[in-house]
Amino acid sequence: MTARKAATYTGIPAWVYAVAAAGALLVVLPLAAMVAKVNWANFIPLVTSESSLTALGLSLRTSAASTVLCIILGVPLALVLARGSFPGQRVLRSLVLLPLVLPPVVGGIALLYTFGRQGLLGRTLEVAGLQIAFSTTAVVLAQTFVALPFLVVSLEGALRIAGPRYEAVAATLGASPSTVLRRVTLPLVLPGLASGAVLSFARSLGEFGATLTFAGSLQGVTRTLPLEIYLQRETDADAAVALSLVLVAVAVAVVALAYRSPRAGRPATVERTTTAPAASGAVR
Amino acid sequence: MRRAFAGVLVVLALALALAGCSPAADGGAAKQGTAVDGGASGAAGSVTVFAAASLKTAFTDIAGKFEAANPGTDVTLSFAGSADLVTQITQGAPADVFASADTRNMDKLEGENLVAGEPGNFATNTLTIVVPPGNPARITGFSDLARSDIKVVACASQVPCGAAAQAIEQETGTRLSPVSEESSVTDVLGKVISGEADAGLVYVTDARNAGTKVEEVTFPEAATAINTYPIAAVKGARNKATAVAFVDFVRGPEGQAALAAAGFGKP
Repeated sequence: MTARKAATYTGIPAWVYAVAAAGALLVVLPLAAMVAKVNWANFIPLVTSESSLTALGLSLRTSAASTVLCIILGVPLALVLARGSFPGQRVLRSLVLLPLVLPPVVGGIALLYTFGRQGLLGRTLEVAGLQIAFSTTAVVLAQTFVALPFLVVSLEGALRIAGPRYEAVAATLGASPSTVLRRVTLPLVLPGLASGAVLSFARSLGEFGATLTFAGSLQGVTRTLPLEIYLQRETDADAAVALSLVLVAVAVAVVALAYRSPRAGRPATVERTTTAPAASGAVR
Repeated sequence: MRRAFAGVLVVLALALALAGCSPAADGGAAKQGTAVDGGASGAAGSVTVFAAASLKTAFTDIAGKFEAANPGTDVTLSFAGSADLVTQITQGAPADVFASADTRNMDKLEGENLVAGEPGNFATNTLTIVVPPGNPARITGFSDLARSDIKVVACASQVPCGAAAQAIEQETGTRLSPVSEESSVTDVLGKVISGEADAGLVYVTDARNAGTKVEEVTFPEAATAINTYPIAAVKGARNKATAVAFVDFVRGPEGQAALAAAGFGKP
């Protein structure tokens, strides 16, 4: 692998490095500036205060729940978009990806008019005894709304790169579509699914606008870490910076986990997960 | 290639470091220069006013009147939460005048030694209850907000409107358990307008701005928590004379009339 890498022609002009460095600085410098602002003497008491820990716990729980929801809803969606063929497929893809570019506040307003008390489904849900507004469920819904495209995009890309060849072989050998999905397709795109799930988790963790608009802000119920930071900033800038650092640390850990190997996100495990004799040829 | 990359990085870092230092130093000097020069002349030129979000309607009106009364002046308005504005000014945002929604944030700016002269109070605001049109939960007063069958939304105690609500709670002995404690009055109002909440605690001026989208339920206990709005010229203002003239205008009869029309009380 290393030998092949060294021999590969990169051909990046020097000026590209210069611009790339400026791009990297744009991201890294503000983070460094924030770290420089941290009041280390009070850091531990600030981040271990009751309200901070409650917010962090709520953030981790709701993000985990929305990641699970993203997987349950996003895997079929990615499959349909990557492999299916039906009228309106392109429109559906654009619509599913919309939360990526939509301001989160707009997402929150849309959710409010869907699941809110006066919303499209709100009355039906209320009859069924479900009240979503101002509940932790609302937070999870808001996070899933904004994070779902991350999973769908990652997985759809992985599915396209993998191609349907192995599935076709499995089908000719008599496997049912569900068996093919379970035994061939999903193992093949597992790295893509994993990095998509991690990205969804990270996006859920950072969700702010839709949550504030749709779910409200109450300690232990709907006030996630970003909302707590926003509120702390009003009175205690030190606490806000300390909590921001905690959020950045968690996000960095999560993203590093997703990209710990440069092969993650690609169907790089093909050789290992399948025993098809043509495997190495198919990867190229 | 790697050496070239490292070289570029060093150059970029240096450039950024220089860029980061020089304008701040120059800007500071230039600001002081104009402030001294402009001190003697009357109101003219442009002035930038940083005002609390709740002042939007009133100050937009006042700025128009000020420009009409002082030909050659140009007022630029910037609205945000008072705490945000203090942070922005502290970080070097070009503000000439600061109008705060509470004395605490003006004190903060004074603590940073960024207020020119003595801040003057120019308006007051009190809390009121807003309910969705038709008052579906039949709220008649502050004590109704403690009912367990209704959804109340208020501000968090960290922000001025929440501090005022807490003061009334203590005064009346009525304990609220809001379903949400928002960071701004706008968010409280939004939840009442959308019908998610049965009642919300906002300022009188916010209720008036919302028009027919909400109904107001006034309560006498509101008088126990009056919010005072101070205004001052910012130290190092580029256009000190105009800044002072604008502050005087807000506190003068025309400014006071515009504030009263927006629902503010006398200072």
